[in-house]
Amino acid sequence: MDQQIKELIDNEINNNEVCLFMKGTPDAPQCGFSMAVSNILKILEVKFKGINVLENEQLRLGIKEYSEWPTIPQLYIKKEFVGGCDIVKEMYENGELNKVLEDKKIVFKK
Amino acid sequence: MAMNLKEIEKLIKESIPDALVEIQDLAGDGNHYSATISSSEFIGKSKIEQHKIVYASLKGKMGNELHALAIKTKEKDGSTN
Repeated sequence: MDQQIKELIDNEINNNEVCLFMKGTPDAPQCGFSMAVSNILKILEVKFKGINVLENEQLRLGIKEYSEWPTIPQLYIKKEFVGGCDIVKEMYENGELNKVLEDKKIVFKK
Repeated sequence: MAMNLKEIEKLIKESIPDALVEIQDLAGDGNHYSATISSSEFIGKSKIEQHKIVYASLKGKMGNELHALAIKTKEKDGSTN
């Protein structure tokens, strides 16, 4: 992976407690899976940064390599890769996501 | 580019021999699938690891030919679920 892209990803993950690599933006998602995760974070009133991978093809490819995960969206909480849409949705439904947010001391609406 | 349901099931079963695979074509367009996979290989692994095993079985097709495949993994050991 390009060193510059790796630094860009490291930088976003290190500087944002909750960041979502997604297609589109939280206000205008461009893929249903990205929208689903973004909406979950909105419902929980979690402050997060959405990073639009469609604006940068190198980033879109790079993030998949970075996490060894082939799909987007990808959610990171306090530098840890939590999962893509299926996992985040499942965790939201079974309460695990709340637990992770609590454990990592992220402010959210209970 | 689309992939057919049987092809997806075949790839998963080749890599995860004991897998029980249920696939649904969500939109009837050969492009949006949902798969539930149960296997004893998932026992003791995190969800991320479980999904990675499934992605690996699809040999790079996920995110390429296969755009929309929702995955749900279950541990098959009789005592859970």
